[in-house]
Amino acid sequence: MPSDISFSALQFGAVCRKAGGLIVKFKVDAGKPSEDGSMKSRFISVITAGLTAGGLLAANAAQAVELTVISWGGAYTASQQKAYHEPYMKKNPSVKILNDDSASEGLSKLRAQVEAGNVTWDLVDMVAADAITACDEGIAIEIDHDKLLAPAPDGTPATKDFGDMIVSPCFIPQIVYSTTFGYRTDKLKTPPTTIADVFDLKKFPGKRSLEKKPIGNLEWALLADGVSVDKVYDVLSTEKGLERAFKKLDTIKSEVVWWTKGAVPTQLLADGEVVMASAYNGRLFSLIEEEKQPVGMMWDWQVFDLDGWVIPKGGKNQAEVEKFLRFATDTQRLADQAKFISYGPARQSSAPMVGKHATLGIDMGPHMPTAPANAKHTLLFNYEWWADHRAELDERFQAWLVQ
Amino acid sequence: MVDTTANQVLTTADGTPLKISLRRALRREKIRSLLLIAPLFLFILITFLFPIADMLYRGIDNEIMPRILPRTLEAIESWDPSGEGLPDEAVFAAMAQDVKQGAKEKTIGKIGRRLNYEVPGMSSLFRKSQRTMKQIKEPPYKEAMIKMDKKWGNLTTWRLIKREAGKYTWSYYLAGLDLRFNEKSQIVAQPKNRRIYVKLFGRTLWLSTVITLFCLVLGYPIAFLLATLPLRISNLLMILVLLPFWTSLLVRTTSWIALLQQQGVINDLLVWLNLLADDSRLRMIHNQIGTMVAMTHILLPFMVLPLYSVMKTIPPSYMRAARSLGANPFTAFVRVYMPNTVPGIGAGCILIFILSIGYYITPALVGGTDGTFISNFIAYHISTSLNWGLAAALGVYLLALILALYVLYDKLVGIDNMKLG
Amino acid sequence: MALPLYATLGERIWHYAFYVICGLIFFFLIFPILVIIPLSFNTVPFFTFTEKMLSLDPEGYSLRWYKDFFTSLNWQGAVRNSFIIAIFSTVIATFLGTLAALGLSRAHAPYRTAIMGLLISPMVVPLIISAAGMFFFYSRVGLQGTLLGVILAHAALSAPFVVITVTATLVGFDQSLIRAAAGLGASPTRTFLKVMMPLILPGVISGALFAFVTSFDEVVVVLFVGSFKQRTIPWQMFSGIREHISPTILAVATLLVCLAILLLTSVELLRRRNERMRGLRPS
Repeated sequence: MPSDISFSALQFGAVCRKAGGLIVKFKVDAGKPSEDGSMKSRFISVITAGLTAGGLLAANAAQAVELTVISWGGAYTASQQKAYHEPYMKKNPSVKILNDDSASEGLSKLRAQVEAGNVTWDLVDMVAADAITACDEGIAIEIDHDKLLAPAPDGTPATKDFGDMIVSPCFIPQIVYSTTFGYRTDKLKTPPTTIADVFDLKKFPGKRSLEKKPIGNLEWALLADGVSVDKVYDVLSTEKGLERAFKKLDTIKSEVVWWTKGAVPTQLLADGEVVMASAYNGRLFSLIEEEKQPVGMMWDWQVFDLDGWVIPKGGKNQAEVEKFLRFATDTQRLADQAKFISYGPARQSSAPMVGKHATLGIDMGPHMPTAPANAKHTLLFNYEWWADHRAELDERFQAWLVQ
Repeated sequence: MVDTTANQVLTTADGTPLKISLRRALRREKIRSLLLIAPLFLFILITFLFPIADMLYRGIDNEIMPRILPRTLEAIESWDPSGEGLPDEAVFAAMAQDVKQGAKEKTIGKIGRRLNYEVPGMSSLFRKSQRTMKQIKEPPYKEAMIKMDKKWGNLTTWRLIKREAGKYTWSYYLAGLDLRFNEKSQIVAQPKNRRIYVKLFGRTLWLSTVITLFCLVLGYPIAFLLATLPLRISNLLMILVLLPFWTSLLVRTTSWIALLQQQGVINDLLVWLNLLADDSRLRMIHNQIGTMVAMTHILLPFMVLPLYSVMKTIPPSYMRAARSLGANPFTAFVRVYMPNTVPGIGAGCILIFILSIGYYITPALVGGTDGTFISNFIAYHISTSLNWGLAAALGVYLLALILALYVLYDKLVGIDNMKLG
Repeated sequence: MALPLYATLGERIWHYAFYVICGLIFFFLIFPILVIIPLSFNTVPFFTFTEKMLSLDPEGYSLRWYKDFFTSLNWQGAVRNSFIIAIFSTVIATFLGTLAALGLSRAHAPYRTAIMGLLISPMVVPLIISAAGMFFFYSRVGLQGTLLGVILAHAALSAPFVVITVTATLVGFDQSLIRAAAGLGASPTRTFLKVMMPLILPGVISGALFAFVTSFDEVVVVLFVGSFKQRTIPWQMFSGIREHISPTILAVATLLVCLAILLLTSVELLRRRNERMRGLRPS
């Protein structure tokens, strides 16, 4: 149990015991000869007992290490639990790993914690753009990748094994994933095949679900409007380009249900609340293959992104976290997580070890974002561009939502 | 014993005049009362009132500017922003030093974010400078910086820095009203696509009014029923009002989500009864309808309880007297009963209105994007955009609105007369 | 009001129509709370009644969400935190609130209206503003994200309820009892403990119950003043609802409804007892 419970408990346990003593003494003195005097005194002694017991219990907490790991929830956290957390907790019984699923607001919440002077998170799962920003602002610590991370089984040091994936000195890469579209096969007469179909309300009527962020949506709007992929960021850098993107989004705005948490778009698809939704490809995989929902995937202009870990500055269990990271990012573990969800491991040495799904037995290869059938049109995020412009675009997007 | 000689001053047994003794006793009484009140008073002062005061302060707090850009602000003091020329080399040199130090300490990004609230583009300017300023190793800085990023050559940039140079700023309070300082430091309206707060306040007030009216229309009949039925039956029916009152807010909101979804209970029922086609289900959630329905349900007990307590005090003989004087039931009700319930109506309405304006949870869960209230944006600015100054300013405006309404409530009902069922 | 024998047809129709309208409104009030109870026994992770459920097929019902709730680490921590925070903040609020109410009800309390207004201000100010202000201030003093911070915040928010209920109880308090006790030779402390306390105890406990429920049900302040380690049941429910996934939320909601019924019953019993003790109603 965290130490602050014990501290507060000891303080208030003392007060409670004093107060409880007073109340008990009063009960004895009151001697009220009424028929419900006994009920009242029983009531009071129950309260007293409860308070003192609570105080004692809290003070006698066990001394285990608790790591608070922030991730994205749903099927993704489940895959991390099965591949990293549970094996590690088995090997180290004194360590408890708690999952908090607020990674979708991870950057801002971490900023808030650092500003407030009380960092309670131990390890945060962040996408590359967020990790770059976190590193630049000094809220994540820089690490020595070769020292901290395990080398590949054949001896290649971690920096070479991860290669270009290490986009920032604070970033520990984990997976390659993409955000793409799922759609209800039973509610649409013809399946959508290109990104322009998402913006076509006539041929594909019904509600859509998009992420409540400008990242991704603005690029898709321009691509659907006919801008070629190598000019997208140039166009977005101009005011006219931004207006064009927002205008395109305006055409479907009334039909959009916005999501912030990764589990929501798949839930909306399963519930039938929307007919098309952008979602992380691994969640769509779970929905289709594990939960057997009537959903299909549209990979046109899937947006590639990197996801990994950062260690918050001022976290309270850094030594334990570093030990955990060394285990959780080694070759075998990254290959293991691919057994549960269709995200590609960031290490080169893990790629050949990706095989079949742990319980369903299906081949994971064709479901990876990097599979050739899926990767005909892929958009790579321009991390630097987004790191520079996200502040103003986030605000503009929020204002646009309210208009 | 009191000495009551006609020509002497009244004294108490120990000889002190009665007046003084009485005054002393009164003072002792007052001090004792204050001593009893003091612990809670101090507690609320420290744990509640100080925070509210801190929020007032955050709305004008601008200390990061002098803290992170000390040299620049000192150098720029002599520059005239209303002129047409850029600041001179000394100012650029000071900025370069500040940015280099800020880059090392990783604090300069905050300046970019802070200035970005006023002029979009500042964040990218400072981020880029953070990365590349160390490449500019020696003077002259002016041309080098302008070459690195055009914005350093904009008058707007420097005018903004000069304007926001102090420890305090009004820009957050202005932004809360959709205003801003323009380049000449005059107060003007924000550009159209950034004007959202007045609209949000308006939407909050409008939705709250609608919710209050719904609560009144629904609450009045059942309050009347409860007040006029025999006590035993009305106590039983009162449970139907009190149970929602005591149930957790989240539980009630959850059940409305389950009911109002497109694939939820209500739509399923309507489709099953063939009143709706399967693909034209009603959209009752993630929009204003969801907010209105859920909040009406949540706030209805707050209307019923005050109305009930007022109606209970109206003697039934009034209605009978009116009937015996020749009024039909409708006239008797409207002209005799209803005017007597007006205090209850007023109290209930204002109570619900005040509660509704400040709501956060329900609009966040069922409001979608057009059913959200101002409180949702305050929360957004605290936890997501980290624009704490603006969050504080909006909070202060909301608080001022509530206090004004509360004073009105006090005049109508009185703080002492609050009963909680 | 009973229907008089001389009522016209129109009046009769209106009379019954009125009952129907009121019935519908009561239905509106109570149905949403009751509907989640069967939904929490749903086998599939959806918020709707499946065919199997409607035909009362036992296969459509299961306890899996309740099992999920009782075995999940996150929920266990939430329950533990909820009770600890609620109990401690209730104790503080009741203690301080009762003292303040006693002080305010004395005959010569100065500035009564102003002080009363200040003391119940936490109840008036919208939660989001309290939460925001507390977030800013507690961060400054290092209380943000700590259990002590949340307990203090909740105590501040619940104290007004105690003050109001105890003050209301003291309004009906017969001051001559105090004078009688003094006349019989009791010291002020003894008078308080033996004469006053038993009579106002129902009010105090009622206030304490209000305080407990306020703290137990409170989510906005905990979201801002606390961190994940201080997550409470409403916190978990709020995150869970945003995630939109499992009906574990409905299982928790059902349990909370049962808790509400329990609390409602105890408040009602206390109120009746209070009336009996003050001679307002025969026992």
